[in-house]
Amino acid sequence: MLQKVTYIFRKYNLPSWYFLTPAVLVGLFVLIPLFYLLVRALEADTQLSMELVFRYRNLRLLYNTLLLAFGTLVVGTLIALPLAWITTRSDIPGRKILTLMGVLPLAIPGYVMAYALLGFTGANGTMALVFGLELPRLSGFTGALTAISLYTFPYLYLNFRSALAGLDPSLEEASRSLGYRPAEVFFRVTLPQLRPAYYAGTLIIFLYVLGDFGAVSLMRFETFSYAIYLQYAASYDRVYAAWLALMLLVLTSTALVVEYKLLRGLFFHRIGSGSEKKTAIISLGHWKWPAYIFVTVLVLLSFVLPVSTILFWMMQAFDTQQLAGLQRALTASVMASAPAAVLATALAIPLAYIGVRHPSRLTRGLERVAYLGYATPPLAFALALIFFTLNAVPILYQTLTLLILAYALHFLAEAIGPVRTALYQASPRLEEAARSLGYGRLKAFFLATFPVMRSGLIVSAAFVFMSAMKELPITFLLAPVGFQTLAVNVWSYTAEAMFSQAAPYALVILLFSTLFVGLLFAREWTSR
Amino acid sequence: MGVLLLLLLPGHLPDAAAQSLTIYSGRSKALVEPLIRKFEQEHGIRMNVRYGGSTQLAVALLEEGRRTPADVFWAQDAGALGAVHRNAMFETLPRELLSQLPEQLHNSEGTWIATSGRARVMAYSTSRVDTALLPGSIFGLTDSQWSGRVGWAPSNGSFQSLLTAMRLQKGDDVILQWLRDMRGNNAQSYINNSAMLQALAAGEIDIALTNHYYLFRFRETDPGFPVEQTFFAHGDAGNLVNVAGIGMLKTAGNKDEALAFMKFLLEEENQQWVTQEVYEYPVLEGMSTQAVDTPFRDIQELSPDLDLDDLSDLNRTLDLLRRAGLL
Repeated sequence: MLQKVTYIFRKYNLPSWYFLTPAVLVGLFVLIPLFYLLVRALEADTQLSMELVFRYRNLRLLYNTLLLAFGTLVVGTLIALPLAWITTRSDIPGRKILTLMGVLPLAIPGYVMAYALLGFTGANGTMALVFGLELPRLSGFTGALTAISLYTFPYLYLNFRSALAGLDPSLEEASRSLGYRPAEVFFRVTLPQLRPAYYAGTLIIFLYVLGDFGAVSLMRFETFSYAIYLQYAASYDRVYAAWLALMLLVLTSTALVVEYKLLRGLFFHRIGSGSEKKTAIISLGHWKWPAYIFVTVLVLLSFVLPVSTILFWMMQAFDTQQLAGLQRALTASVMASAPAAVLATALAIPLAYIGVRHPSRLTRGLERVAYLGYATPPLAFALALIFFTLNAVPILYQTLTLLILAYALHFLAEAIGPVRTALYQASPRLEEAARSLGYGRLKAFFLATFPVMRSGLIVSAAFVFMSAMKELPITFLLAPVGFQTLAVNVWSYTAEAMFSQAAPYALVILLFSTLFVGLLFAREWTSR
Repeated sequence: MGVLLLLLLPGHLPDAAAQSLTIYSGRSKALVEPLIRKFEQEHGIRMNVRYGGSTQLAVALLEEGRRTPADVFWAQDAGALGAVHRNAMFETLPRELLSQLPEQLHNSEGTWIATSGRARVMAYSTSRVDTALLPGSIFGLTDSQWSGRVGWAPSNGSFQSLLTAMRLQKGDDVILQWLRDMRGNNAQSYINNSAMLQALAAGEIDIALTNHYYLFRFRETDPGFPVEQTFFAHGDAGNLVNVAGIGMLKTAGNKDEALAFMKFLLEEENQQWVTQEVYEYPVLEGMSTQAVDTPFRDIQELSPDLDLDDLSDLNRTLDLLRRAGLL
């Protein structure tokens, strides 16, 4: 039977069933929320839905959303590309710490970053009170752009970094030997090869900004996701919110199609052996000082500022009683986030694999569909899963399993990019060689390709872990009763203006994410 | 892979043997956790709490229907309780519980009771506002001297309750016009009251329409917080007493425990705790309200006459907010 299935798959040049089946399942799961939204949206009568869709306000929301998304991309690239180059190719001291600093801002919840920036500026801000320097209070577009860029650039950074670290150095060596100057090598040889990584990072940032709520709401910049949140938070009428969510999905689908077109026909794997050859380290020379300044300012703004804000809150009124619930919350957070990170990464492998190794309409389509889970507004995603589990698998409702599944499916998109980048760089020749030696496809994959992908997998797991640690809307609705994560605590206390009580929880999110990311990278560093 | 499956399989199964109570709490953990732990210790009942926004939890309850695991729903405002009540999901409460409260502090059909109260106030900057110029009515804030200086939180449940009350008093057209005038006067919108008060202190705005207790919480960590607050004139639509309340679901599996919890919340000691620690008003008479400056009864007198059930008519209010371009 199995052989027959395998035969059919081979005959029609389909990807192996053990890669395709999980991919199809994931695709179906991710589509559940879409069905839910359609059901809800169609509850409205036609005239009302027309009124809801063709509102002038929607046009303004669209404009604001796009402005913020492209703005964040530009700022994010300007931060991430130099940082990735400095930490992988230059001789700057403390590259490992810097690498960590390039990742950690991801662990900072968006609204905490926004509170930090807000608390820093304005008449009653830290700068005014401590240094007597009254900065204009951040808000609106500039505020939202600053906050979001500061905690999303790591998506681009990590993609760039694993691409730069995994590039075949022989191309650069060859071009240098042909007389290219270093800058020429970078712009004409290195940069074009970074495209898959850039698109993957771009897509995630783009989708992230479309869905971000924490920073935009505090900075009072109205985007689609803000409007959707307001609808869900304020009203029992889920119809208008469903329409807004569908409009947002149209926008994200467009982004997905565009990325697909851009990615077509890119193959940047090494031709030679799969073992990595060390890339040359370039001395910064007189560029040393600008590099130092760049890195210092970045770390100050994206890490030191939010962390010192949290510490400041904590010092305002510290009481050991606050630490009582901390351990329970930490256990809850880790119990949900760690399995979700592993699961999402595992699910990303077949999706990315069939997309890269068996490019066809079907496989690419499946990979894109997986991104829709990320693009669906989290509140709608959670409500849809409530609706679905209660009607189809009530035993799953209010279990940790459901929460983990929801995290994994929602954040799957973050895991796909790095896995895909790693796959592009792992030569299919190796796998073919393994198969010619008599290994089956699956075994060949695990023997030849999987080890080469390790750094990509680590990044994927880190992304999902940190996102899940700070996730709110899905946790609120799908967590088992009595299950309160760190993030839920931070949000709960800050909304009640009890910042000093919120601080220990926020700090533990940061500490634990640091530990987790540190551990992941430590493995990578020791195995080199 | 095997480890992964093991991690995924066991869900959290409720411990059937022990006494327990499942609460959906729209009141945030910060406000209620100590009381919940105290009840747990005193009564030996295990408490399972799901925290969330009042509206989100109400929506979740509607979506879950009869299959909800919740025994009680504790919400931040009358609107959310009204939505669950209208879907006939609440059980009628026993008379001896209802009779503990003044009549206006439970809904007329007796399916939910108030557990604490809060007042709407006008907070202002002590350095940038001359108190003599402060308007006596909320409708005075559309005056051009306040252009760009007033903050509000149109998506906030308490603000929406206030609007509902204003609608009932003045009619929809007047309120829609007021919303448009406020917008025309460049009123600044905030996502929540904490963010708004910080903006007030930071000089982004000079007046904020908010709930009474936030200022007390900011003062706790920063005694010099540069903000004061006041009520509008007696009977003005801008003054409103709103309540947090609790109801028991018809499908509750632990009704005795649920009623015990409600009774516990109305005990004097716990009512006093609410005032002293989170600065809300007690719903029982004869409690000290020193921590919140003004006795609750005085505030109820300032506030226009209303039935709490009226506040649950939120749909028209949201419609007005959308038509004014605020949602």
